Amino acid sequence: MFIIPCPYCGDRDQSEYAYGGQAHVARPANPENLSDAEWAEFVFFRDNPKGPFAERWNHASGCRRWFNVIRSTATDRILAVYKMGAPRPELDLDRPATPCGEVAGSGNDAVKLVSADAGTGAAR
Amino acid sequence: MSSSEGTAPGTSLDFRTDGTAAAPADRQQMRAAARQPYRREAGGRVDRSKPVNFTFDGKPVSGYAGDTIASALLANGIHMIARGFKYHRPRGVASAGSDDPAGLVQIGSDAAVTDPNTRASEQEIYAGLEVKSQNAWPSLGFDVGAINDVLHQFLPSGFYYKTFMGPPGSWMGFEKIIRAAAGLGVAPKAPDPDHYDHINHHCEVLVVGGGPAGLSAARAAARSGARVVLCEETAELGGWLLSADPDTRIEGLSPVDWIASVEAELRDHPEVRVLTRTCAYGYYAENQVNLWEKVVDHQMPADRDPRLPRQRNWRIRAREVVLATGATERPLLFPGNDRPGILLASAALTFAERYGVLIGRKIAVVTNNDTGYDAACRLKSAGAGVVAVIDQRATAGPGVAERASSLGIQVRREAGIVATKGRKRISALEVRRLGLDGTPSGPSETIACDALAVAGGFSPNVALFSQSRGQLRYEEAIGAFVPGRSVQRERSAGAANGTFDLAGCLAAGEVAGAEATTAAGFAAAAQATPDVVDPSVSPGVLDPRTVLPTARAGRTFVDTQNDVTVKDLRLAVQEGYHSVEHAKRYTTTGMGTDQGKTVNVNAFAVLADKQTASLPQIGTTTFRQPYKPVTFGAVAGAHTKGHFHPRRTTAMHDWHVQNGAVFETVGDWLRPWVYPQVGESPEAALQREVRAARTEIGVLDASTLGKIDIRGKDARTFLNRVYTNAWSKLAPGRCRYGLMLNEDGMVFDDGVTTCLADDHFHMTTTTGGAARVLAWLEDYLQTEWPDLDVRLTSVTEQWAVVSLTGPRTPELMADLVEDIDPSPDAFPFMSWQTASIDGLPARVFRISFTGGLSYEINVPASYGLWLWQKVMDKGAAYGITPYGTEAMHLLRAEAGFIIVGQDTDGTMTPIDLRMDKLVSETKGDFIGKRSLSRSDTVRTDRRQLVGLLTEDPSTVLTEGAHVIETAHEPAPPVPMLGHVTSSYYSPTLARSIAFAAVKSGGARLGETVYVTRHDGGAPIKATITELDFLAQKEAGRV
Repeated sequence: MFIIPCPYCGDRDQSEYAYGGQAHVARPANPENLSDAEWAEFVFFRDNPKGPFAERWNHASGCRRWFNVIRSTATDRILAVYKMGAPRPELDLDRPATPCGEVAGSGNDAVKLVSADAGTGAAR
Repeated sequence: MSSSEGTAPGTSLDFRTDGTAAAPADRQQMRAAARQPYRREAGGRVDRSKPVNFTFDGKPVSGYAGDTIASALLANGIHMIARGFKYHRPRGVASAGSDDPAGLVQIGSDAAVTDPNTRASEQEIYAGLEVKSQNAWPSLGFDVGAINDVLHQFLPSGFYYKTFMGPPGSWMGFEKIIRAAAGLGVAPKAPDPDHYDHINHHCEVLVVGGGPAGLSAARAAARSGARVVLCEETAELGGWLLSADPDTRIEGLSPVDWIASVEAELRDHPEVRVLTRTCAYGYYAENQVNLWEKVVDHQMPADRDPRLPRQRNWRIRAREVVLATGATERPLLFPGNDRPGILLASAALTFAERYGVLIGRKIAVVTNNDTGYDAACRLKSAGAGVVAVIDQRATAGPGVAERASSLGIQVRREAGIVATKGRKRISALEVRRLGLDGTPSGPSETIACDALAVAGGFSPNVALFSQSRGQLRYEEAIGAFVPGRSVQRERSAGAANGTFDLAGCLAAGEVAGAEATTAAGFAAAAQATPDVVDPSVSPGVLDPRTVLPTARAGRTFVDTQNDVTVKDLRLAVQEGYHSVEHAKRYTTTGMGTDQGKTVNVNAFAVLADKQTASLPQIGTTTFRQPYKPVTFGAVAGAHTKGHFHPRRTTAMHDWHVQNGAVFETVGDWLRPWVYPQVGESPEAALQREVRAARTEIGVLDASTLGKIDIRGKDARTFLNRVYTNAWSKLAPGRCRYGLMLNEDGMVFDDGVTTCLADDHFHMTTTTGGAARVLAWLEDYLQTEWPDLDVRLTSVTEQWAVVSLTGPRTPELMADLVEDIDPSPDAFPFMSWQTASIDGLPARVFRISFTGGLSYEINVPASYGLWLWQKVMDKGAAYGITPYGTEAMHLLRAEAGFIIVGQDTDGTMTPIDLRMDKLVSETKGDFIGKRSLSRSDTVRTDRRQLVGLLTEDPSTVLTEGAHVIETAHEPAPPVPMLGHVTSSYYSPTLARSIAFAAVKSGGARLGETVYVTRHDGGAPIKATITELDFLAQKEAGRV
């Protein structure tokens, strides 16, 4: 369980929130003018990136407000929180894809070890 | 707690239930001492004034308060306590803590409170404790399953997968037999009578581990005034200090006195919490660390405070964490290394110093580093005979071997063990000289011994660090992994970080504590380097060879819990399991309840050796929560029985209970299902309730329906967008039924919404869908249409609803309400009015879910029971009968009304339900509208909801049964037409009725189909009809 900073209430445990999927997927203004494929794109298709992802959360067991979060799906680290309607903030996205700095793939043996010459030290 | 059975003749074992000795105390103590031949004269943390008597496999055993099962058994010379998992080989205590792989026992015999797989080295003894060996039949000494050991050549790793192949499904049969043959303890068979607790807690600094590093870290943090939690897995603070050389001095104090002084200081700080018998078992995101506290497990049941939980699960959210989790000694790999009597050298020292127990009188020590010599010397000083130190290396650190020789201990260098002897306990070793490449040469020397202490080097306990997603680093010098790079806000200190000397641990703890405090925003107190006298010996230069040639063949065990040998791991590599994660799963090495604490590094070394790779190239398996097995009780906490999933009840619930209702759960609600009278079956009650509702008056508690109060000038616009039909013209005072779709066009809820005023509506939803619908409406309002002036309020629990149906309801209503004319002519269907009942304003709706003449009376929930009783009293004259949800389902099916979630399954559009009339073509866009014209949703062969009437009116179809075209079921795959969604015997029609979703159903009215039976009998002939059976009856078609 991670902690999500609700823009209205402050830091709360993840268990108080409901997930709402990808953010910034606006409902088309004139669905009747869309082709089946275009409509399906809105209804059925969502991104699933590894790394920073703008997504919607609802403080369901709190203020019940919806807001947007940019979360790294690789680390669960929350990079930004902003209210509905606010533009997506610009982020420095040049950051490790996993806590251990692994770029591609996930869970392979190599990521659990630092290489002998990597040294120690905290990377927070 | 009977003591009579199994007592040797001539001894009288007087078990007292308070755990104290019976008078005369000295005689009792002398007896206890006489029965503990391996107990040292003095020393240890046990209380020799308190003998504790318990049983092992029915035989009486004595120990002292403060003993674990392991230390007490060893004091009595009992080493063999279990049989191996697969080969049923004798197994004994191998370690003194939670890392012991195979020293597992069953405690207790009660079906409800027995505990399997209890680690003997962890469970403290109490008077009357029943301890039993596991996985042996008929007895520990003579075990039939030991035949597996003779057959071991035919039972390699992967044996099950290779052998038990056969036709599909046959594994299920094999598995039961294999599970019974291999195994550990026996699970309790009755519900757990104990109670457990969860605690959420926040602190600035959490220190895991109460050893020297943890104590000094906690002290440094506490002095800053921060909130500190210190948890220690065992009963006492001190960690390795409790096993340290007695000549050790810290700040001028003996280890025990220093521990006491630090503990006193910590307990004096108001913001510090010290938890013993508490294991940090899981490190999760954002510095959440879960602790498992055993509150009363060490006490005899009669002494346990009934107000206390048995165990607690602490969920700690810490600003900063200090991991001072110590290190675990590694076993060495040599043939026959699994016999009882073979222990880790550090465990031998812990038993000697902490528990005052010697593991043997003729102890041999085998080592690959300098600590083995130190252990030998200290065991000798503690009073044990030490026969030899066998060192794999050619040279030891300066003066180390000489010190052992000067104490009369023989030293064998460049030597290794090639075999061991002894059935229930080791009796001798065969030792040979090792060449440069580790190959044995020269004659074999037999060394008689009664115990063997193994010193294979120390592995930092990095499990929690790794769970925190930190990255490990392989440290060549100690042959193990150390914390490399941190990810969360934690730091490791002391042996957990590869620092093995006492002064270093204390200093590192101090630094870590201060650093954590500063990082948490507190000013750290000044640090002082403690003055330490530490006579212990550091590991020195380790033998880099973990896998000697002698270990590659023969029966050299890596994992003694899951019975995995070096040979098994090598076979796995040979068969292509090169990845450490694959080899682990194939062989199950390190997958036992010990999580491979002692064995994993050795297993990786074996895999590396076979692949001629270095250990860091092989890598490590993943450390996962929990660090050790946590009871289900602690995980569940208080969330059991009624607290597992709290139920909602209506204002009338007590009446339903008193009147014999049988309940069902709908959403989170408890709703009356039927009201059987005395001696009446539920089916008979159902038929009676339905008949009453059709001929006189039926009354239903409809309070659970979801109710949403909608206000705002844009409320109509909003309703137009969320329902499929038009709401622009619904006048105040009128009600309308509506369907809601998801954007994919599928029906997801329905209900009646009433116009109270132009800007004020009362929406009802299904009972189970209420919360979902509200959240969905809020989502659209907040994120898609924030410009709309609409406010939503859930009022489900504010209104109690009494729903009346049946031909005589107008008579009752006239009797009940004042100031309105309730007759159907004056109060039309699908409208509402405010009425007064004894002066109480009530909202009365003329809506019906039964197809009959109906009224729904809404009053504030606090008047619900009052109204219900009043309705029952007044209704008695008109034959009023309460009906439950089952009758409600049957009544609505007679009328052809759907239930969302029963007749729909998330793949039904309004067109599929043949409710096209409810879809407005003209009002503009609404949620899901565009999907109704997708190529898939306009297909004409989609399943549509229709009625089914069986040829034989008495046959009731099975809900979920398949609808097919032919009178006989063809060979699979059977072409399916659809399935039955609802099915009942209708007393009103005196025949069975059913709904079904059938391909192109609307176009097939009148056609014959067949419905399969779940018992495989001939399919049942039925005709496709309209849904509204009451109308068909009136028209004379049924």
